[in-house]
Amino acid sequence: MKNGTVYTETVVWSPPERYVNDAPYQIAIVDLGDKRVTGRVLGDRVAIGDAVEFVELRDEVPYFRRSAA
Amino acid sequence: MRRVAVVGIGKTAFGAFPGRDLRSLAVEAGQKAMKDASLKPDQAEAFYLGNFAGPSFVGQNHLAPYVAAGLGISGVPATRFEAACASSGAAFFHAWSAVAAGIYEVVVVGGVEKMTSQPTPRVAEILAGAGDMSGEMRAGATFPALFAMIARRHMYQYGTTREQLAAVSVKNHANGAKNPLAHMRKVVTLEQVLAGKPVAEPLTVYDCSLVSDGAAAVVICAEERAAEFTAKPVMVLGISQTSDRVALDEKVDITTLEAVRTSAEKAYRMAGVSAADIQFAELHDCFTIAEILACEDLGFTPKGEGGPYVQSGATCLRGERPVNASGGLKAKGHPVGATGVGQICDVAMQIRGEAGELQVARNQIGLAQNLGGSGATSVVTILGAK
Repeated sequence: MKNGTVYTETVVWSPPERYVNDAPYQIAIVDLGDKRVTGRVLGDRVAIGDAVEFVELRDEVPYFRRSAA
Repeated sequence: MRRVAVVGIGKTAFGAFPGRDLRSLAVEAGQKAMKDASLKPDQAEAFYLGNFAGPSFVGQNHLAPYVAAGLGISGVPATRFEAACASSGAAFFHAWSAVAAGIYEVVVVGGVEKMTSQPTPRVAEILAGAGDMSGEMRAGATFPALFAMIARRHMYQYGTTREQLAAVSVKNHANGAKNPLAHMRKVVTLEQVLAGKPVAEPLTVYDCSLVSDGAAAVVICAEERAAEFTAKPVMVLGISQTSDRVALDEKVDITTLEAVRTSAEKAYRMAGVSAADIQFAELHDCFTIAEILACEDLGFTPKGEGGPYVQSGATCLRGERPVNASGGLKAKGHPVGATGVGQICDVAMQIRGEAGELQVARNQIGLAQNLGGSGATSVVTILGAK
């Protein structure tokens, strides 16, 4: 997985059953250049256009965080 | 291809009905539609049923013959259609196809969902099955989250405001308050919507349609048979069902629902009309942003101008083109499998001049738009008096 930019995002307050203990959490569609993926955001909240770096895959879900400036 | 008429309509109230099971709701709507058309059960040549998730919500499969038997219809093809929240729109499209092609003369189409027997997180989980469970939903998306991400992008690209989203909710609640069959019959203010409990930012509870129980049904037939059943047939002037990718992250530009755009184009062509000819519409406002997108993708207003368009009052009950006079999914309720056929009933009721306090002034040609998932299925139907 590569680093990318935030195409869009939201903070989920009303989660599905399996993630009830995680809310509120931020998810984002991240533009990786050749494709987009939907992942979770760690740490600071991000906004459209922000650069994010890939952190790790957990249960096949990509986790990102805001890129260090 | 021959012309098809809607000759009977029937709906249950939409709401939370702990004492009612799925079949009793579907049978009530079916009986109302058959009574409206003076149709005897042995005259129905096929039964089509839209239902999204009966097996998950109530543990019942094989729903179409189960409901048909309750209506006294037996021995004919009875099939359930699943296309997420466009399930009964899809059932209607396929029923129309068979009658238009000359396979059947008279058929009954229903839609039903029984949702309120499950807690909210479980409902969110079941509805999520209409998205990509191996991608977006595994990451923690829900349907409100998908439409929240569409809203964020629309606001970013076109300057759509939080207040413009709220205007959809205020309008639809104002209409729903006057609809005796609506789930939520109360007006809300702009301030209430903005201060609502967050569901998925920027959407609050007032931006999201309701989790409801309910059913709807119609009787349709070949035009030449219509006079046997009603003095006020409503004609299907144009109809189209189209599809697109399920996952939001696979769409090129999430601010356009491509399937809505293409199904509208095809339905307009079949009807020989353009967007400007549509006098009123029932649109799929599963979330406030969805009504704004629909107004753009149906050509009611240019792309990016949906926010100012809904804020201008043009789509209010007394505006130039009323949208969701029924209260829409927001206030009327959204028993997902019932919604598509429910919209057909609402548009037909307007054309028949039977909408009471919610009657629109210009009622000769109306449109129903039913959406599945985040736009992977779209059904657009244009109905008219002649």
